[in-house]
Amino acid sequence: MAEIIRARNLVKRFDGFTAVDGIDLSVRRGECFGLLGPNGAGKTTTVRMISCVSPVTEGELVVDGTDVRREPRRIKSILGVVPQEDNLDPDLSVRQNLAVYARYFDMPRELANQRIDESLALFQLVEKQNEPIWALSTGLKRRLTIVRGLINQPKILVLDEPTTGLDPQARHLVWQKLRYLREQGVTMLLCTHYMEEAAHLCDRLVIMHQGRILVEGSPAELVEQYAGREVAEVHASGPQRERILAEMASQPGLTVEEVEDILYIYARTHDGRAQMADLILDSERVAYRQANLEDVFLRLTGRGLVE
Amino acid sequence: MTIALARLGIRVPDVSYRAYRVWQRNRDVYLRLWKAEAIWPLAEPLITLLALGLGLGELITETELPGNQRYIEFIAPGILAVFPMWAAAGECGWGSFFRMENQRTYHAIIATPVSIEDVITGEVLWGATRGLISSVYIVAVSAAFGLLDSPMVLLAFPIAYVSGFMFASISLSYTSVARSISSLNYFFALFITPQFWLGGVFFPLERLPEELQAAAWFVPATHVVDIYRGLVQGQLNLSHLGDLAWIGVVAAVFYYLALISMRRRLIQ
Repeated sequence: MAEIIRARNLVKRFDGFTAVDGIDLSVRRGECFGLLGPNGAGKTTTVRMISCVSPVTEGELVVDGTDVRREPRRIKSILGVVPQEDNLDPDLSVRQNLAVYARYFDMPRELANQRIDESLALFQLVEKQNEPIWALSTGLKRRLTIVRGLINQPKILVLDEPTTGLDPQARHLVWQKLRYLREQGVTMLLCTHYMEEAAHLCDRLVIMHQGRILVEGSPAELVEQYAGREVAEVHASGPQRERILAEMASQPGLTVEEVEDILYIYARTHDGRAQMADLILDSERVAYRQANLEDVFLRLTGRGLVE
Repeated sequence: MTIALARLGIRVPDVSYRAYRVWQRNRDVYLRLWKAEAIWPLAEPLITLLALGLGLGELITETELPGNQRYIEFIAPGILAVFPMWAAAGECGWGSFFRMENQRTYHAIIATPVSIEDVITGEVLWGATRGLISSVYIVAVSAAFGLLDSPMVLLAFPIAYVSGFMFASISLSYTSVARSISSLNYFFALFITPQFWLGGVFFPLERLPEELQAAAWFVPATHVVDIYRGLVQGQLNLSHLGDLAWIGVVAAVFYYLALISMRRRLIQ
């Protein structure tokens, strides 16, 4: 069977607060599946239930054919978890961190050593292997945390915000490694609020908001369906803005989203650009670009600050 | 059986041999830092024996102490009880809290097949080990002062492990409800320090008012001190078995409390 994670009507409540509100999920073997959403959407809570560290309140949750309530140790033995927070052992060296972690999986020492050598090489950490953790940069710590998550050759790699806080170079290096793992057939479950990250890595994704799933699909499908092809970002104010908004009403192929002092105009059709140009000729500033996941996300979850 | 207990709302703690993996992790960190860690358990008893045993002890006449001991002989077995108490309780107090909240080590471990109960058990076993290590230093220092002559003193090590398990469990159950690392100060100031000074280490308990003597009987350290006094003098009797049973009961109760309380705190 191709399905490796299945959730049906999954619910998580904390003292009267519902963090996950009846979601359905189906993750297939070998794909990179994304959970997108603003902070507090319920992504991490969902992943914690899948990783058997947070009890399910209601509903069904099956990982690799096993109910999470029945055999948590078995499920945890086939997962690799890369948490959002840095929880490496600061007093141990890079290599010791991996060796100690491998022991939690009852891995024989020789096998562990062999895997540690391989993965340190793959993630370009060989020269750092005897450094203590406190001497590593944030990017190196992230890479090491991913290596640690791979030490048991997991069937599913669970990544919670794997590039938060990294500079662009470090982020692209992490993405490159994750794409490599995906090519190797590792199933990945990725939580992120970076749309670019999801677009780079995910085969399919869901967008979550306030504990519910809003939409599901591939990044391209979702962009096509919810944001169209092209976007014009228009800086316009006063009468000019009024005029554009008024004319919008008579244009069938266009939709508009107002955010502060910017108008986002979405075009669904091929001649969208021309159509938009007619409208906003005399505007102060306008930028045309391709629609992306961020537009989908913002259109669905609202542009206001979600806290 | 498990299901029957679950119906009564009692959870059977999910403890396995993997607790040893947690113990191993702590050992590996200790071995990396041991030179820095060795100074306290060595310096403290040494300074105490010098200052109180030799310094203050010269002012105390032997007839006031049971068995006409010298004062330094009187306090040696007590020190063997209370410094390892500090080591075990400190490890599962500040040490465990720091691992749990600052380093997030527990969170990292429970993402693997190791359960939270394994983590707690490993922590308590490691706390007991720290007590044992401390007692090895003290036996060495006391022997250097010529204070130990009974071969029975070798029994000090298993006793140190068992009482270390008890102090570690008590400490970890407090840690499991501590909100911040500074709130541990209450535990050490109000629970550990009084045992250190009032547990019968530095003066015979008979010197205390009767009500306090009765209260002292409930204090864990008193029973550990009792056993060591018997050991060092080479005179063990049935009352020491009673002490040991008392230690066993307290250890079991607080170990169980630590298990359920930590699960409540960390598995949400």
